[in-house]
Amino acid sequence: MSEAKQIILEVTGMKNISRSKRFFKRTAGSVKAVDDVHFYIREGETFGLVGESGCGKTTLGRCILRAIEPSDGKTHFRDRTGNMVDLNTLDSRRLRAFRRDIQLIFQDPYSSLNPRMTVLGIVGEPLVCNKLAGGEKLKERVRELMEMVGLDSRHLERYPHAFSGGQRQRIGIARALATNPRFIVCDEAVSALDVSVQAQILNLLQDLQRKLGLSYLFISHDLGVIQHISDRVGVMYVGRMVETARTGQLFARPRHPYTEALLSAKPLPDPRRKAERIILSGEVANPANPPSGCYFHPRCPYATDICRMEKPPWRAVGDDHYVACHRTDELELQGAAI
Amino acid sequence: MSTVLEKTDKRGIGISRRSRRRRDEQGAYEVASQWQLMWWKFRKHKLAMASAVILLLMYLTAAFCEFLAPTLPAQRFTEYKNAPPQTVRFYDKESGFSFRPFVYDMKMEVDTKTFRRTFQADTSKKYPIHFFVRGEPYKLWGIFKTDIHLFGTKEAGAPLFLMGTDDLGRDLFTRILYGARVSLSFGILGIILTLVLGLLLGGISGYLGGVTDTVIQRAIDLLICLPTIPLWMALAAALPRSWSALDIYMGMIVIFSIIGWTGLARVVRGKILSLREEDFTMAARLAGASDIRIIRKHLLPSFASYIIVNTTLAIPGTILGETSLSFLGLGLQAPVVSWGVLLKDAQNLETLAHHPWLLWPAFFIVLTVLMFNFLGDGLRDAADPYK
Amino acid sequence: MTVRAREEFVKPASGREDAVMEVKNLKVHFQLDEGLLKAVDGVDLTIRRGRTLGIVGESGCGKSVTSQALLRIVPASGKVEGEILLYPSDRSKIDGIDIPDGDPVDLVGLDGKGRTIRSIRGGEIAMIFQEPMKAFSPIHTIGDQIMEAILLHKTANRKEAYDIALETLRKVGMSNPEQRMDEYPHQLSGGMRQRAMIAMALSCEPSILIADEPTTALDVTVQAQVLQLINELRDHTGTSVIFITHDLGVIAEMSDEVAVMYLGKVVEYTDVDTLFYGPKHPYTKALLNSIPSVARRDRLESIEGTVPFPMNLPPGCGFYSRCPLAEDGVCNAGDIPLREIARGHRVRCVKAEQV
Repeated sequence: MSEAKQIILEVTGMKNISRSKRFFKRTAGSVKAVDDVHFYIREGETFGLVGESGCGKTTLGRCILRAIEPSDGKTHFRDRTGNMVDLNTLDSRRLRAFRRDIQLIFQDPYSSLNPRMTVLGIVGEPLVCNKLAGGEKLKERVRELMEMVGLDSRHLERYPHAFSGGQRQRIGIARALATNPRFIVCDEAVSALDVSVQAQILNLLQDLQRKLGLSYLFISHDLGVIQHISDRVGVMYVGRMVETARTGQLFARPRHPYTEALLSAKPLPDPRRKAERIILSGEVANPANPPSGCYFHPRCPYATDICRMEKPPWRAVGDDHYVACHRTDELELQGAAI
Repeated sequence: MSTVLEKTDKRGIGISRRSRRRRDEQGAYEVASQWQLMWWKFRKHKLAMASAVILLLMYLTAAFCEFLAPTLPAQRFTEYKNAPPQTVRFYDKESGFSFRPFVYDMKMEVDTKTFRRTFQADTSKKYPIHFFVRGEPYKLWGIFKTDIHLFGTKEAGAPLFLMGTDDLGRDLFTRILYGARVSLSFGILGIILTLVLGLLLGGISGYLGGVTDTVIQRAIDLLICLPTIPLWMALAAALPRSWSALDIYMGMIVIFSIIGWTGLARVVRGKILSLREEDFTMAARLAGASDIRIIRKHLLPSFASYIIVNTTLAIPGTILGETSLSFLGLGLQAPVVSWGVLLKDAQNLETLAHHPWLLWPAFFIVLTVLMFNFLGDGLRDAADPYK
Repeated sequence: MTVRAREEFVKPASGREDAVMEVKNLKVHFQLDEGLLKAVDGVDLTIRRGRTLGIVGESGCGKSVTSQALLRIVPASGKVEGEILLYPSDRSKIDGIDIPDGDPVDLVGLDGKGRTIRSIRGGEIAMIFQEPMKAFSPIHTIGDQIMEAILLHKTANRKEAYDIALETLRKVGMSNPEQRMDEYPHQLSGGMRQRAMIAMALSCEPSILIADEPTTALDVTVQAQVLQLINELRDHTGTSVIFITHDLGVIAEMSDEVAVMYLGKVVEYTDVDTLFYGPKHPYTKALLNSIPSVARRDRLESIEGTVPFPMNLPPGCGFYSRCPLAEDGVCNAGDIPLREIARGHRVRCVKAEQV
C-alpha cells in the first residue's frame, strides 16, 4: 500500500435515522438505517462494503451521494483543486456541480435504464443536463463512452430492450462515466448478473479504474466479489460499521466476531475444503428494534455482559484497521480458509 | 483498457460471424420505440384490431352523418308514422332482377277490430335507390351548403326507411346517424376534460405529496362516496332550461368530468408514486436533471400508455352516462338527437311490442360500448411492451 | 458438518438398484408466437437414494423448468416429452395406478391434473422454492398448511397430523414449534419461513426433495444454517435431494453428483470432486474460472459474449459462439452427443480431451 495516496472521501459520524410516525404524531419508533459510520477511501482505491440485507450498506451509499439525505454526519470529498469539502453542507446548486464527480452504478440493469429512451439518450443524459455537450459532439462522446465499456458504438439508436443484462449494465456504467467522475459508488453492481457475465463486468470495472484513476465504493453482499475487487473492506451489521481493514488482513485475520462468522459462512467453490463452519444462531437484528449494546451480541458466541450493556467504541487496532468490538484484544479469531 | 477493447472486437466478430442474418431480421426490433413495440403487440390482438376498425368507421359515419343520411332528422313523413323498416330489394316479380336496389311503397291498413295500424308493402309501386342523389338541402359541418346525399330516392316524400320511422314519421336511420354524432363525440369530449382534470389533480397529488396530496385524496374519497345517478340528476336539473342545446351539451360534459376525474386521478397518482421510486428516475436526478426534465422525459412517457388504456376504458362509461340521463329526460332534450334521446321513444311496453325497431339505438349503444371495451383490453395487453 | 458418516450406509453410485428416479431424454418445449422455445432439450439424469444431485447453470439454462417438469407443473403452454421414471419407495402412497411392484411410474405419461400425479406431488416428490413467502398462503397458519399436506398424503386423523407437523417443525430446528404452528407466514423471518417450507416438504417423508434455489434470497449466515439443515435431514431420512442453484460454492457444499446445464442441455455430468478438479467441458471450466474466489486476486477469466436466447438456435454445440476451442465445421456441424469419457463422467463436447 503506498502511503502517498490521498484520501478522496472521508465519512465521519454518518447517520440516517427515519422516524416512523403514527396517528396524532406520536413517534412510533425510529429506524437507524445508518448509525454513526466512519470510514475513508483513498484516491484510486476500491473500498468494498459488505454486509447482509438490511445492514444499511445501500442507504450509506446513497447518503454519500445525497440521493437520500443523511440525518447527521460529514462527508468530506476532495474536489479537483485538492480541498476537502463537506458535501452535506452544500446547497442544491453547488451539489449539482459535485455530482459530476460522484456517480452511481445501480444493481438492477433493468429498472435503472429508462426503457423509453435510446442508448444515446440514456448515456448522454448527464451531458445534456449539465450542458457539457450537444448535437454531434454529444454523439461523439457517447460513442467514445460505449467503446470504453465494450459496447458496439454503432448501436447508439437502440433501446435497452435490445440488450442483454450484462450489456445493460455496461450502458449503466457508460452513463456513470459520462461526466468524467472521479468517484463511483457501485451499488451491488454485479449482483443481478450471471457468474460469467459478472466476471466480465468486474474486469471492466478494474480496467476502467486503472485507465481513468477512479475510486470506487463497491457495495456487495458477496464476499467473493468483495475480496476480488477491493483494496480495503468495511463490514456492516445493522446500520453500524463493525470492522474496516485492508482486504488481505481482513480475510486472513478478522478482528470482529461477525466478520469471522461471515467469512466462515460463505460456501467455497471447492468440494475438498468443507470448512469447519461457525454457524450463527438466529438472524440479522431488525434495525427498527435493535438489541442493546453491541447489536451483534445476541448471535455472538463470545458475548459477555459488557457487550449487552454498552455500544462498543470505534477504534484503531492496527494500520488501516478499525474495529468496533469490546473483546477484540482478547479473542483469537479465525480467518477465511485459504 | 486495451484488453477490454481487444475482447470486444473479438466478440463482435464472433457474433457477426454467427448471427448476422438473425441480426438483420431483428434490426427493426432493436431500434423500435415504445410506441412501435406497443403497435406490434396490439396488432396481434385480433378482436381489438377489429374493434378499432369498427369504431373508426362509426366515428367517420358520425362525422359525415349529413351526407350519409338519406334525409333530415326533423323531416316528417306524415303518411308513414311508426312505419317498420323496409327491405331493400333487388328482385321484382315483374321486371326480374335488377342491379339497382329498390324499395316498395307502403300502404297503411287499420285493423278493424283492434284499430291497430299496420303497414303492408305495396308491390305496385317501386322506388329505385340512387346514389349521390339530390335531396333535402343541408350544411355539412354547418359550413358547406349542399343537397347531395349518399343514397336516396329521386322522388321527394318517397319512403326510404331502413330502420323504420318513429311516431312522428321521422326516419330512424337518419336520426341514429345524427344521434351518433352527439353520443360518440360526447364520449370523446367528456373524456378529454376528465383527462385534463385527472392528470392535473392526480399529478399534483402524486408529485407534491404532503398536505396537498391528502386534501386531494380525501376529496376523491368524498366524491366516490356520492351515488352517481342522483348526483348527475341533481347537477343536470340545475342547468337552466333557457340554455341552448349546445350549452346544455357542454354543461353535461362538464358535469361528467367533475364526477368522473377521480378514477383517473388515482391511476395517475399511483403511477407517479411508483415511477418516482424507479432507479432510472434516481439516475436522472443524479445526472443533474431538473424536476421539469424528469417529469417530461421520464415520468410522462412512462405512463402515457397507461393513461391511454384507462381513457379508452372510461369512454364507454361517459357514453352510457349521457344515454341514461337523456333517457331519463334529464340530459339532452329534443330537438337535439342523441341515442339516449332516441331511446326515450322506446320507454313504454306498447312501443316495444308494436314498434320494436325503435330499439335500434340501443343496439348501437351496446355495440359502441363493447367495441371500446375490446379495444381497451387490447391496448392494456400491449401497454407495457417491456414485460 | 464435516461428519460424512452416511458414506457408510449409502453405497457408492452403482447400478439401477439405488436409483429413485431416472430422467431420460426429457424435453420441455414452449410454443411461442416468435417460435419454438426449447427450454429443456434432451436431459438425462439419475437420482440416487440418499444422495444429492446438484443442477447448476446460469439464468435461462433450463434448470428450473427441469425441476418443474419432474413435478409436472410446467406452465400450460409447455410440452413435456421423454421419460421421467419414478421408482416409488412406498407404492401405497400413490393413488390410482396399476403397475406391478418394482416397475417404475412414468410421470410424463400421467394426466397432469390427475389423482396419481397429485398423490406423487408432496407424497413422493416434494419441492422447496426460492421465495417461501410465495409458497405459503398468507391467510392460513403455518400449522394448518403443513397439516393440510399431511392430511392429504399420510393420515386422516387431525390429532395425528398435528403431532406429525409439530414433530417436523421441531426437526427443522424451529424454536418454539407449538407457537409457530399458530403463526401466519408473515410473522416469521426469512430463514424461519424457509425452515417452515422445508418442514412442509418433509412432513410426508418424500423420497425426493427438489430444492430450487432455496437459499438465494437468504443472507449468507442464514444460508449456512439452511444448507446445514438440508444436509442433516438428508443424512437422517435417506431422502434424495435435487439441488438447483446458480452458485458453484453452494454446489460444492451440497452435491454428490453435479449436472451442469447450458441452453437446455446437460453439458457435463459427473461427481462433485471431478467437476471442480477435472472439468472436461470448456463451459464448466470457464464458469469455474470466472468465480471471484477467495484464493485469487488477479484478473478473472470471463466468458465472452452472452448466453444466446434458446430459440431458433443454429445446429451444433450451444456454447460454440463463446467457446475458445470452437472449430468451424466440427463443433457447429451437428448435435454433439453426451459421451462418457471416464466412468461416471459424461461430457457433451467433441474436444473434451483438449480441455
